Amino acid sequence: MSISFFSLLLSPVNFIGDLLLKLGLSHDAVNSVVWPLIQISIVVLVVTLWVAYATYLERKISAFMQARLGPMRVGPWGLLQPIADGLKLLTKEDFIPEDADRWIFFFAPYIAVVAAFIVFSVVPFGPDWAVITDVNIGLLFVIAVSSVGVLALILAGWSSNSKYALLGGLRSSAQMVSYEVSMGLALIGGLMFARTLSLSGIVAAQASDAVWYLVYQPAGFLIFLISGIAENNRAPFDLPEAESELVAGFHTEYSGFRWSLFFMAEYAAMVVVSAVATTLYLGGWYFPFVHKLETGGFHNLYVLVSALIFVTKMAVILYLYFWLRWTLPRFRYDQLMDIGWKWLIPAALINIVFTGFSVFVVQALDGWGSLRTIESMSQGLNLTATGKLIMIGLGIIGLFITGGFLSLVNGRSRDFNLKSQRRNIRLVNLPSGTPAVASTKETAPTEA
Amino acid sequence: MHQVEIATTKETLLDSPEMVLNMGPQHPSTHGVLRVILRLDGETVIDLDCDIGYLHRGMEKIAENRQYPMIAPYWDRLDYIAAVSNGLVWVETVEQVMGLDVPPRAHYLRTILTELNRIASHLLWLATHALDIGAVTVLLWALREREEILKIFERQFGARLTCHAWRIGGLPNDAYDDFEADVRRFVSNFPRRLDEYETVLSENRIWLSRTVGIGVISAQDAIAIGLSGPALRGSGVAWDVRKARPYAAYADMDFDVPLGENGDTFDRYLVRLEEMRQSRRIIQQAVDKLPEGPVSAKLPKVIKPPAGDYYHSIEGPKGEIGCYLVSDGSAHPYRVRVRPPSLINLQALRQMCIGHLVADVVAIIGTLDIVLGEIDR
Repeated sequence: MSISFFSLLLSPVNFIGDLLLKLGLSHDAVNSVVWPLIQISIVVLVVTLWVAYATYLERKISAFMQARLGPMRVGPWGLLQPIADGLKLLTKEDFIPEDADRWIFFFAPYIAVVAAFIVFSVVPFGPDWAVITDVNIGLLFVIAVSSVGVLALILAGWSSNSKYALLGGLRSSAQMVSYEVSMGLALIGGLMFARTLSLSGIVAAQASDAVWYLVYQPAGFLIFLISGIAENNRAPFDLPEAESELVAGFHTEYSGFRWSLFFMAEYAAMVVVSAVATTLYLGGWYFPFVHKLETGGFHNLYVLVSALIFVTKMAVILYLYFWLRWTLPRFRYDQLMDIGWKWLIPAALINIVFTGFSVFVVQALDGWGSLRTIESMSQGLNLTATGKLIMIGLGIIGLFITGGFLSLVNGRSRDFNLKSQRRNIRLVNLPSGTPAVASTKETAPTEA
Repeated sequence: MHQVEIATTKETLLDSPEMVLNMGPQHPSTHGVLRVILRLDGETVIDLDCDIGYLHRGMEKIAENRQYPMIAPYWDRLDYIAAVSNGLVWVETVEQVMGLDVPPRAHYLRTILTELNRIASHLLWLATHALDIGAVTVLLWALREREEILKIFERQFGARLTCHAWRIGGLPNDAYDDFEADVRRFVSNFPRRLDEYETVLSENRIWLSRTVGIGVISAQDAIAIGLSGPALRGSGVAWDVRKARPYAAYADMDFDVPLGENGDTFDRYLVRLEEMRQSRRIIQQAVDKLPEGPVSAKLPKVIKPPAGDYYHSIEGPKGEIGCYLVSDGSAHPYRVRVRPPSLINLQALRQMCIGHLVADVVAIIGTLDIVLGEIDR
């Protein structure tokens, strides 16, 4: 009894597996049907909670930035606030405007939320059983599926029969299409090191090389992050829902639960981008020394700890999202397009060329004299300590080259250096006039 | 006002690339109940028209049926952000018409409190302007600072927003006991806080690209339209009623007038920030020099100004608040007309907006710093 209880604690996975086998299910059925279903339900549950509590965190973080307390009433420190909000939204009237295109209006939120959630099927939360499925074109799958989300925004904007929603939908389509490009291009740099599109493979490549690709690819990481924020329509790129101009943008006419689906989709998309960024640039679930648990025989603990590490890294990037949102003003539509096409896409292209060049240099240096830079090429690009140093150096140089090139290209544009283009205000000490007099009987002022 | 042509039939709507967007009166960024009708080509504004009057309360007509001291509380509700300044223009007009000898302590207290009100009003402008451009945190920070001023107002006047601050002839009561200490504390804390707010915006690339070159209005146009206040000074016109026709205790104060060079939104932003610093200087001087003595003049039982036309104006936070008074010698004014700075500043909106994008309209409404209570009266 005590042993089985202990094994339940330490290896819940094996326990459940054994239980199912004992219930008379075949091995195949357990492995390819029941088990994935359990994984999916856990991921959906966890992600939904994560999304709900991301709103809580955002409200708390913004509150602390703004010298106030945030939600404090529902539960201790307002911890039950997201649940209360969810219940409130569920019970609200399901309102569809009279002249709206009913079915499109009806389905658009579902498209948004499905597109955002489906990506989690390939995200490696941890090693072994913490992945629902590992597709060998994982990264392409992520980009393809998450760009379906834009469809929901366009449809919502179009079907609402509202000008604000239409403008929001138009903005979002232009924005997401442009930033998708730079986002995809930025990923290529990292892929040159990982040499695989499988998300688990990318993490494994970083684990075997004992490095985070952030250090090889600082430029790529920045480009990816900026494009990701823009693609998620988050501040400072939250133009489709710019509340001060477009009221609420594409979801102006939405209310109640349908509105909350859009909200969930937005937060889930943020989690997706942070998950991809974590996987590709921050080493995914990999953290130094954690694999000692595995060699020590605590396999399931190792998986759990790794999953926690993954979530923590994601949380750091999510915090960055909140931080930016509550600090920066919003871009204008044309400026947003400028940044996408004149800054990020050239930067991503340069990054590809330069990363290719650096990989070539490191490979060419291998075996030059007594220099050894490459350890193995079997699982990603594994570099020796010297190779790593060279690559890190090249990464930093790449950052400067990208920055320099962009300044050269955009140096003559109006927005480049606004501060130095203008004259400043001046202070004058005017002479004091005669004190105001009472009557102006003879000169009656004209009506304005 | 200029009329926007609205395509009404289906054919004209489909044929033209233009769209008419109705912004307001229920819109998050029109600062109340302003309705702006925009004609857009894509997102570019090609024409616009303002529809006002949703907050019309008939203040000027009401004033004709009230005795002179009874009108003052109505004036506080013109520009409810700057009730103290609005109240001042009415009582000063009547005082000057009556030739009352207002004691110097009252003048100094009026100077301190109207300047505090100017800071409060500018802080609220900063908060909403930054919010319109998307910097949400500045809103809460600026309101926190404004709160300090409102606390002083609450202790002095008993109200935070619609302070009935003045009586004809002076103040209803002397400053409360800790008044000087409170004001001094505010004065010493304020510059540091303002610098902090400025670091969030003034050097921010996004803020610069959203405000530089947006809503430019030349000095000639600004004068032609009749702009006043920071909107006029942002275009580089040196006109400040506090300097040109000093009232209250401004003749004794040493302060500078900030002038913009480019007449754009960023200049008006800098001008207002600098005005807050100058206001702080004025408050500092006024508190240091605050004389002792009574705070109210001796008043006749019934206030009956001599018959005639009178005009008096002060420099409100939004611009020149004027009061045109026609008296027939009775206890009621025959006609009162307010020169509302927000209404006149709003006339520049069309000229400033055409050719810009929808997002800029919001920024320009913000930079004009309008209050609908005063526009509609």
